[in-house]
Amino acid sequence: MEDIVSTLQKQIAAQILKQPNRIIREDEPLISSGLIDSFSLMDVALFVEDNFGVRIEDTELNADTFDTLTQLAALIDSRKK
Amino acid sequence: MTTFPERLKSLHARTPDRVALTLQFSSADDLSLTLDQLLHGAASYSRSYARAEIQPGEVVILILQHGEDLVYAFWGAILHGTIPSIMPFLTEKLSPERYRADLAALISVTRPSAIVTYQEFEAEVRSALKEGDSVREVIVTEKVEKQSKLDFNSLTGFQRKPGDIVLLQHSSGTTGLQKGVALSHQAVFNQLNAYGKSLALNEKDVVVSWLPLYHDMGLIAGFILPILSGAHLALMSPFDWVRAPYKLMQSVTKYHGTLSWLPNFAYNFCAQKIRDRHLEGVDLSSWRAVINCSEPVRWESHNAFSEKFKSYGLRREALQTSYAMAENVFGVTQSQLGGEPVVFEVDRGAFMSERVARAPTDGHPSIKMMSSGRPLENVQVKILDESRNEVADRAIGEIALQSDCMLTGYFHRDDLTEKAIVDGWYLTGDYGFISDGEVYVSGRKKDMIIVGGKNVYPQDLETLTSEVPGVHAGRSVAFGMYNEEEGTEDVVVIAEVDPEDPAEQQKIADAIRAHVTKNSAVALRYVRAVDSKWILKTSSGKTARSANKEKFLAELETQK
Repeated sequence: MEDIVSTLQKQIAAQILKQPNRIIREDEPLISSGLIDSFSLMDVALFVEDNFGVRIEDTELNADTFDTLTQLAALIDSRKK
Repeated sequence: MTTFPERLKSLHARTPDRVALTLQFSSADDLSLTLDQLLHGAASYSRSYARAEIQPGEVVILILQHGEDLVYAFWGAILHGTIPSIMPFLTEKLSPERYRADLAALISVTRPSAIVTYQEFEAEVRSALKEGDSVREVIVTEKVEKQSKLDFNSLTGFQRKPGDIVLLQHSSGTTGLQKGVALSHQAVFNQLNAYGKSLALNEKDVVVSWLPLYHDMGLIAGFILPILSGAHLALMSPFDWVRAPYKLMQSVTKYHGTLSWLPNFAYNFCAQKIRDRHLEGVDLSSWRAVINCSEPVRWESHNAFSEKFKSYGLRREALQTSYAMAENVFGVTQSQLGGEPVVFEVDRGAFMSERVARAPTDGHPSIKMMSSGRPLENVQVKILDESRNEVADRAIGEIALQSDCMLTGYFHRDDLTEKAIVDGWYLTGDYGFISDGEVYVSGRKKDMIIVGGKNVYPQDLETLTSEVPGVHAGRSVAFGMYNEEEGTEDVVVIAEVDPEDPAEQQKIADAIRAHVTKNSAVALRYVRAVDSKWILKTSSGKTARSANKEKFLAELETQK
């Protein structure tokens, strides 16, 4: 789980926020806060699929399904099994 | 000349059972409506407006999401003779306070008599109302009674005249929200006739669209044009499309779509983000025009799109361009269907410094400019210098236009109308040039940022930035930076702050990102909190956006 969180956090900080040194807290809201905008949500889904072999459906790309790194990592973890 | 209600009536008399509109949803079946069903639904709303004593000629604001109610409420307003204006619905990321403030500002300028929304959003809407304002009624969709009969004679919309205002189109952006473009029946039909001709539009056409209806491209090309022309429209929500762009291709396949309009970024977005597994069975051979419009058009974006989808039946010559704006109802130019838009390779140095487009001399760097096409038959275009004199072919200047489909005016803003229309010519604020009759758009006169088809004023973003604690008023700069890969601009905000400690600066940068995101229509890409004296000012103390952009670009380069 920690590995997943750290991989995601690096990717989001560098590629979406363009601030590689930015620390994203595990419980920080990402979607509802607008930190990840709707155009970048697709990038997150594609990254997750390529890196973890886990699919996130388009209907799941919203804050109800995951809004924080912890929630996203848990979703990925549950599907890897 | 005719009016919207008259056109609907005559289409209905001819083919009442033809499918006019198919609404698509992310987690429900497609809903196809015949013209008869569409007009019955609309008549229910007309009756609600009548019961609420909303008069023809008054304005009604629609705050609704993609779906049946939005469609019925809009056409119901038309049949009743009231003037509809669609406002974006509150999104997850936007702060409700900001939304309320924007709505209150819109109400104060537009002075609507009614607002239509959902029951669960009624309280939100009411919180933006003030004692003594123009709004007499908040109409809740759930309480609109279904009409079982369609009686054209009882509908007051048939008393409207071709020269009357039929709808308002509000441009996006916080400042722009108060600028409602008022269009007459006649202007819209003049546009549809001229634009329809350039597209060879006919009743066999199927328009597939995901564009929002509060934007001119969505409202005119992706809604009114197909419905009033007797074509079929398949419409999905922009929120569904952005999460599943492949649905556009599936929809074109399913309904044999022939026409679509897309902003430039969408070509890159579709080319990069659609997985092949979502394209199984996709056949795009019915697409006869995919029209690039509302952002600067890029040849590279067409290439990427064409490469990605050519094996799914997409024809390269289907990729077209147009230059359009709400002030001309929609289209100003259109590339000629059947061939590829003209590409003009210009000398970069001459283009930037001499403001002229000419072929590059040997070995000089060049830019491939793609034409937006020729003016529609009812539109004249000319290019003006700063003293408003017409310039020679291939010289860059401000694009001005004249037509029989121009706006009646900015609603209740005669001051703005007077500034924008000079001697019968609308000054677009866009820079461009004409070469061999083809119009090329090269940029904006003002520093407006265009991101994902949305217009954003840097001043608004700078004002929001100044509201963040630690940022000095007047010590921030916002600009757009073209992102080659995404085919649109990235938004950059740089602010001078007190603390010099990097960790403190980072915190303020985060606060800026959060505040601007929640209070504007865009998300920021680069946010930098910097030491004082970073931002360059002109000798008169104004922030020089382009100079600061150059400086930022140079810093990014050194960091690579």
